[in-house]
Amino acid sequence: MTALARPGAGRVFAAQFRRECAVVIAAPGEALQPLAFLFLALSLFAIGAGGDPRVLAAQAGAVLWVLVLLATLLGLESLFRRDYDEGVLEQLLLLGQPVFVPLLAKLAVQWLLSGCLMVLLAPALALMLYLPADQIGITMLVLLAGSPALTLFGAVAAALTVGLRRGGVLLALLALPLYVPTLVFGAGAISLAGAGSDVTAQVYWLLAISMLALTVAPFGVTAALRISLEQS
Amino acid sequence: MPTKSGSAVLLALRDLGCVRDGRWLFRHLSLELPAGAALELTGPNGSGKSTLLRTVAGLDEPQAGSVRCAPHLYLGHRPGLSSLLTVAANLRWYAELQGVAPDLERVLNRVGLAGYAEVACRSLSAGQLRRVALARLCLGGASLWLLDEPLTALDASGQALVADLIAEHLASGGAAVWSTHQPLGVVGARQLTLGPAVEVGVDSEDDMTQPLPRLEETRA
Repeated sequence: MTALARPGAGRVFAAQFRRECAVVIAAPGEALQPLAFLFLALSLFAIGAGGDPRVLAAQAGAVLWVLVLLATLLGLESLFRRDYDEGVLEQLLLLGQPVFVPLLAKLAVQWLLSGCLMVLLAPALALMLYLPADQIGITMLVLLAGSPALTLFGAVAAALTVGLRRGGVLLALLALPLYVPTLVFGAGAISLAGAGSDVTAQVYWLLAISMLALTVAPFGVTAALRISLEQS
Repeated sequence: MPTKSGSAVLLALRDLGCVRDGRWLFRHLSLELPAGAALELTGPNGSGKSTLLRTVAGLDEPQAGSVRCAPHLYLGHRPGLSSLLTVAANLRWYAELQGVAPDLERVLNRVGLAGYAEVACRSLSAGQLRRVALARLCLGGASLWLLDEPLTALDASGQALVADLIAEHLASGGAAVWSTHQPLGVVGARQLTLGPAVEVGVDSEDDMTQPLPRLEETRA
């Protein structure tokens, strides 16, 4: 057989990105369920709090971030499940080249569907919580800066639990502690912005956490998947 | 595709041993497969055929010994195909990751699925799904094939197809290892039987294996 030139990282990324998009298009409902959950949970909170604008606005940052964390986790639960069951992950690990390139493509699509869409929907979410209009911009900014870390750290936990039949709760228990720094800076930024303070530091912190996640998580996901697939 | 000389070793196992549930499935397994050679693994359920193939592929870590092998293709019990995507999308994805040009029409003709390119994999039968997985073999790109019970779910013509594909692959300088419960009938394939009744069938080659003691309940 001819010795093959392995395809470059860019082509592998593109191939995997296309595949993930095709999967999403084939089953769009699945991908959008976490967003539906986010909207529903947020309306429940608004109803439960009695619709008092002052009460809601005071807690808006914390409520929004907590629900974004949970919705992100919901989406991550099925991130690797189907590929694991169908043997696609096995084939990825056998590529004979760094597996984090296709994994990054997978995570990018996952983030576009969760974090990125949530950023775009943030104005609607903010209105439901009576967040003043001048804080909507900063809400979108902190979600944009912080949400990659949610997807990336959560993916490590998802990779660790993919081999378990009922890994959903364990996934939450593993991932939620990793989300604490993002929650602190994200919710803090929204309430500080409400008080008229400067939130540049919080945004930088969120970006730093996301960069750290981008550096560490692909390797964590790879190692976790190898463990999950061994003798499965 | 004659870039490798006939003597190139595509798979070398040295003193390989695998433990599962406190038992040696096999140990002291040493063998070499040169280009053009094939190895048929047989043995009862649970004798370690799948584990051996997964270890060679690199999915499982051996407890002893080492594996050296050429770029390989592994076909396990799970097809490695997304049920949501079409046959063409699955194969194109695989070919792109392998860096080979997908000649889908030829490949699907070869496995008897002409006209199925745009059908979603979830609406295929088990045998057809298996044929799509076999189509990966036809895409090329790997010199060593590792096939775990490739005959599963296939009809008579599908089983003949597997044997033909392997024979062509060997003729073009590849090598193959497969596990099976019924002989594939590939000419020149060596036999290796795993299991309690330790026996090693060697077809005249001298580099094949040492005896395979099956040591139950032995600690690693």
